[in-house]
Amino acid sequence: MGSIIGSSVKRVEDKRFITGKGNYTDDIQLQGMTYAYIIRSPFAHAKILSINTEEAKNAEGVVAVFTGKDIADSGVGGVPCGWQVNFRNGDTMKEPLHPLLVVNKARHQGDGVVMVIAETKEIAKDAAELVEIEYEELPAVTDAKQAMEAGQPLVHDDCPNNLSFDWELGDKAATDAAFANAHHVTTLEFTNQRVIPNAMEPRSAIGHFEPATDKYTLYTTSQNPHLTRLLLSAFVLGLPEHKVRVVAPDVGGGFGSKIFHYAEEALVIWASKALGVPIKWTAERSESFVTDAHGRDHVSKSEMAFDADGKMIGLRSSTAANMGAYLSTFAPAVPTYLHGTLLQGLYTTPAIYIEVYGVFTNTTAVDAYRGAGRPEATYLLERLIDKAALEMNMDPAELRIKNLIPPFDGVNQPGYETKVALTYDSGNYEPTIRRAMEMVGYEDFRKEQKEARENGKYLGIGFSAYIEACGIAPSAVVGALGARAGLFESAQVRIQPTGKVSVYVGSHSHGQGHETTFAQIVADKLGVGVEDVEIVHGDSEAVAFGMGTYGSRSLAVGGSAIVKSVEKVLEKGAKIAAHKLEASEDDLEFANGQWTVKGTDKSIGFGDVALTAYVPHDYPQGLEPGLDFSSFYDPANFTYPYGCHICVVEIDPDTGKVEVKRFIACDDVGNVINPMIVDGQIHGGLAQGIGQALLEGAIYDESGQLLNASYMDYAMPRADDFPMFETDRTVTPCPHNPLGVKGAGEAGCIGSTPAVVNAVMDALSPFGIKDLEMPLTPERVWRAMHSNGSN
Amino acid sequence: MGIPINVKVNGKEYSQEVEPRQLLVDFLRETLRLTGTHVGCDTSGCGACTILVDGNAVKSCTLLAVQVDGAEVTTIEGLSKNGDHPLQEGFKEEHGLQCGYCTPGMIMAAADLLTNNPNPSEQEIRHALEGNICRCTGYHNIVKSIQYAADKMQGKEVSHG
Repeated sequence: MGSIIGSSVKRVEDKRFITGKGNYTDDIQLQGMTYAYIIRSPFAHAKILSINTEEAKNAEGVVAVFTGKDIADSGVGGVPCGWQVNFRNGDTMKEPLHPLLVVNKARHQGDGVVMVIAETKEIAKDAAELVEIEYEELPAVTDAKQAMEAGQPLVHDDCPNNLSFDWELGDKAATDAAFANAHHVTTLEFTNQRVIPNAMEPRSAIGHFEPATDKYTLYTTSQNPHLTRLLLSAFVLGLPEHKVRVVAPDVGGGFGSKIFHYAEEALVIWASKALGVPIKWTAERSESFVTDAHGRDHVSKSEMAFDADGKMIGLRSSTAANMGAYLSTFAPAVPTYLHGTLLQGLYTTPAIYIEVYGVFTNTTAVDAYRGAGRPEATYLLERLIDKAALEMNMDPAELRIKNLIPPFDGVNQPGYETKVALTYDSGNYEPTIRRAMEMVGYEDFRKEQKEARENGKYLGIGFSAYIEACGIAPSAVVGALGARAGLFESAQVRIQPTGKVSVYVGSHSHGQGHETTFAQIVADKLGVGVEDVEIVHGDSEAVAFGMGTYGSRSLAVGGSAIVKSVEKVLEKGAKIAAHKLEASEDDLEFANGQWTVKGTDKSIGFGDVALTAYVPHDYPQGLEPGLDFSSFYDPANFTYPYGCHICVVEIDPDTGKVEVKRFIACDDVGNVINPMIVDGQIHGGLAQGIGQALLEGAIYDESGQLLNASYMDYAMPRADDFPMFETDRTVTPCPHNPLGVKGAGEAGCIGSTPAVVNAVMDALSPFGIKDLEMPLTPERVWRAMHSNGSN
Repeated sequence: MGIPINVKVNGKEYSQEVEPRQLLVDFLRETLRLTGTHVGCDTSGCGACTILVDGNAVKSCTLLAVQVDGAEVTTIEGLSKNGDHPLQEGFKEEHGLQCGYCTPGMIMAAADLLTNNPNPSEQEIRHALEGNICRCTGYHNIVKSIQYAADKMQGKEVSHG
């Protein structure tokens, strides 16, 4: 490797964004564009008795008005789910139809009912006022645990107890036996509250069917355009895939919420085919709040068993996971294979058992949100450990260290096989925790805390040591676990005749900086400049295939696919170089962009070899011209980043307001290509994780109304909610991918939430408070401080 | 039904008829096709649409187009000729953006801040950004970007971190 990998190269994509020249979906204007507005159910649960669209259809400037019946009559079904999790008894999961527009019944506030298409968005919105819809409101259920009880409203008539599936993992008998022999058991009943992703760019989709060529183009705010194309073609609309182009141009953040295939994407394509005009739909923010897939929403009871020495001997947990009204694309995988499988954490717990109930409610669908299952698993473990430390009068840091899995590099020592179906790739956990403790100055802090308490100030410190699973893989394994897709990545590296490089990669970038990081990899390995490499992504017509960006997979999986293609380029390049240098390939070495005959000054540059490949006058016999290779990379295993986060808070006893005074994150994400970008990813994740701990949370009333569906009401983290973050890294390379990278996109969001809550509980320990539900708003904290420990 | 307005946008005079209900942000994005100004919400809460009107940062979703009759408007496209305003440079140097969606609004809000307070403290910067939401960066590098620009605009040496 050269020096470009591992350096903080400034982002090549920035120029267009800082000059206002980004190209987001809503910025795109096509000739003859029309605009869709979707009328949505104001009720969480309601029968639709009648719809009268006549007046709207006749309004000036209105192009068409479609109802769910129009869609159903055309033979179109619904939006599919991409992951199947069956019942424990083997029965297939319940997977009710998720129609593009509902026909008889709305199942959550915001369920689409009618689509109005007009010459301008203002006319479409005005005409929507002319549509008459008669609803009969039904009782609603929003809480997952309550929804499983007898006598509750049924979201889908054919799903008894509102269950989609129930699922278990681990050895129940061994775990129960461990609890029977325990010296101490710590129990936590809690809600990991529902949060709303809130990518700053609202979702948008443009459908454009061109009758002259029978081609469909969808511009959409997607993290994975190829997957959307596949779902549209194979499942939703039955389109000929080779006639479908899906473009995800610049996308303004995703955080999971733009992984999924949404009804509006299919609607604009369906309607464009019907009308022969391009149609744009862009969500208003209040629409995003009730239609973008939400995150988290687990209600759990979890227990941890210890022996007399403080060693963890058992863990068991039962979770009701709220699926919302329909199964979103990857929803069933989140509380199961991305949550249950992470309950080993960093610890040697010998017996683990978890059961999960996937439950329908009259709420917006829940799916992967930054971390997806791993934050919930980390919260469960790390809150239990801190509570246990308090109950057993042990130091929370030492309790963690005492139970750590010993170091293993995955090369000389095998991977670590957990009790919950995973094999960790490599890890050396204690130094990471020690480094974080050193950064915060743990010993000194405890002294400062003691003095502060004597002066009526409430300082607290909270730990969280997490592990996560990234780059979900390999395809055969995830297929066996219910994934209905492969989870590989593809990349094409095309060397142009002048030696410049075009890379076509399936991992979409919507803030992650791939256009820089991926270019660094290629530049480093080929010995060209970063500015000589162009990364192309997000257009199914340019990029052969892709599985998209989520689960911190882009570098570990997409980056590895790029490396594979680069290696093929170098292999063929060496043949050309050997011919030109009249030497044997075995005698060549490649460094700094040129092949040299070992021990001589005879060499040929990469650019000359590229030109020769396309002007093959003097060329190896039998070798094809050109220098252009594609690869598909299907990883051998997940990658397992880990780290330790420490939060220091001060609580204002007069108001209950929690101030995050310091936040330390020491993460191990394997090798790092661009430290600046990795730090940025960590910062952003921390803000989202701290946001969940202190500020955010969807609030539904009994009738299923989302009460805080705007930025006036939903507490988005703002600049003055945070200190400057203190970050550092340890480096334990991944042993099974060519770059040794593990992934950094979600780490900050996975580790931070319990660190904050643990810090607040530590600060509140003089009040006898052991647990509070998130978000830890001033009101909640103040009330707890004045409740005489009754919480 | 249009109402005539005269407005100078990024140094260029426009005489245009606008619908009385048209928001300024829609006038900029759809009529003038200046799509660098973004819409992130419908309650004037996110700041993605922040622009300068007569030098003051305003949320262009909060004004009607008719209200800028006679005013001078600057959008991100007009902040500098070559994308080299110290704030633009600062955001690039300090990795102050990821997805880029909030960035134009952040930069325009920061431009207003630095006009009124050329040497803001970290807390003053954080306070000044209360009306602008970023979901990507955790604000850490946005604060550093604005500090970079403040230093540069005052002729101080800037660290190329």
